[in-house]
Amino acid sequence: MKYMLLIYSDENAWTESEREHCYEESTQLVGQLRSSGQCLAAAPLHPVSTATSVRVRDGKRLVTDGPFAETREQLGGYFLIDATDLDEAIRIAERIPGARVGTVEIRPVLEIPGLPEALDAVAAADRNGHSVSRRR
Amino acid sequence: MCDETAASIRERIEELYRSESRRVFATLVRLLGDLDLAEEALHDAFASAMQKWPGEGVPENPRGWLISTGRFKGVDAIRRGVRFDASLAELAQRAEQKMAAGSARELEEDREGLEDDRLRLIFTCCHPALAAEAQVALTLREVCGLTTEEIARSFLIAPSTLAQRIVRAKAKIRRAAIPYEIPPRSELASRLDAVLQVVYLVFNEGYAASSGTTLTRADLSAEAIRLGRLLVDLLPEPEVESLLALMLLQESRRLARASPSGELILLEDQDRALWDRAQIEEGVERVQRALTSGRVGSYTLQAAIAAVHAEAPTAAATDWEQIVALYSLLLRVEPSPVVELNRAVAVAMRDGPEAGLAAIDAILDRGALADFHLAYAARAEMCRRLERNEDAAAAYRRAIGLARQEPERQFLDKRLRELGH
Repeated sequence: MKYMLLIYSDENAWTESEREHCYEESTQLVGQLRSSGQCLAAAPLHPVSTATSVRVRDGKRLVTDGPFAETREQLGGYFLIDATDLDEAIRIAERIPGARVGTVEIRPVLEIPGLPEALDAVAAADRNGHSVSRRR
Repeated sequence: MCDETAASIRERIEELYRSESRRVFATLVRLLGDLDLAEEALHDAFASAMQKWPGEGVPENPRGWLISTGRFKGVDAIRRGVRFDASLAELAQRAEQKMAAGSARELEEDREGLEDDRLRLIFTCCHPALAAEAQVALTLREVCGLTTEEIARSFLIAPSTLAQRIVRAKAKIRRAAIPYEIPPRSELASRLDAVLQVVYLVFNEGYAASSGTTLTRADLSAEAIRLGRLLVDLLPEPEVESLLALMLLQESRRLARASPSGELILLEDQDRALWDRAQIEEGVERVQRALTSGRVGSYTLQAAIAAVHAEAPTAAATDWEQIVALYSLLLRVEPSPVVELNRAVAVAMRDGPEAGLAAIDAILDRGALADFHLAYAARAEMCRRLERNEDAAAAYRRAIGLARQEPERQFLDKRLRELGH
């Protein structure tokens, strides 16, 4: 099973040194998860002030500044993992430094037949990222 | 075997259904990997028994027969694509692999192995990734085998609402792959806590309905006690045994705690001759065993408090010293303003209403329990005993405004009228 772990937290809740420390810790975690074959992808994101939103309506492209929705906590990074079940995913999620400051949302990845192997991870990440914000 | 008549065999199957069907179901869930599929397979297996056993006789190991027949029917259903959707494709593959791999060995698993399946089922239904109300509904449906209609009726909600809750929870179990496992040692304590919470919630829902006009709904309490017994059998931990003891001790007062017309009767005013001695005896014995384990948790302390009450001949002759001490311990294990309130009431019984009132006001002044009707009811009671009638009336009115249950409101109203207000 693939799971997308979406890390939400208040961007302003971090000091610069905390953020640095979080990156270091996350890098180590990714290393450990890679060696056990549990991590497919992971990355932090630039703050929402850098976000751009795109919508296509009636065939027309609309580009706006900012995230999909203004929320108190923002998506700050993600892990795409491979785990046998939800309990294993939860055990990985609790090791993510962001879980101590914000919230890690676990979303099972929907596998679509016919999606090219190497790309399906990234595609799933995008899809899930969006449906999360739509729910909020 | 051949001497048995068709009618007596049918009776035996019905008996087996009552006693074994949830156990067979739990094993089928493990073998087939899906709750809905296992439910259908279970019914197919019993239907098949109804067809075959009257002619062929009852097999030597009926439960084993039902499991292997159910498993076969389930895998067959997946193969035929009866309930086919995308998520079942993987399931079919897994179930077939399991069938090919170790079918004989798995079916011959000893009793303990099969009992583990029931624990697995309980832990899956009470998984913290499911909403609390879904955990309760699923446990009653899948572990206890209650129908959707029965559960909906007990909780006073529309069957369609409850059915939807269950469907959603099952979909989450399937899609998010909530495992069918007994949690590892490191997680057992916290996961067990969640299970006990569900059982106690079911009990309380039956013991004192959270809203509505009837004060007790015996069916849910009895179901919770049955669940408690099952858990003690499967996982004999002190807290598990204590929860069962607590439920038995509270249940023992059922007949005494409401008048025939449905009015609430306080513990101190209850006719103790109406208390169920057998339940008290069992409850006290279980809590004593739990207390000697040396690992004293919140349920053990609550059960111990209930046991002290149960053993007192009258309210006045209760060992209030001991009750206050137990509440103090409970506060340490589980700090909460409600426990503090209970302790304050016990202090009043030990030291008089003045001390009790001071303790209650200390909680209320902090802003805790500001919308808890029993906090004001307790305050009113203290003021009444101190003959501060104006203060008592004000507190009763506040409590009446906050109470959600009709019998409680009536009780408080009566007390208010007795003050001449």
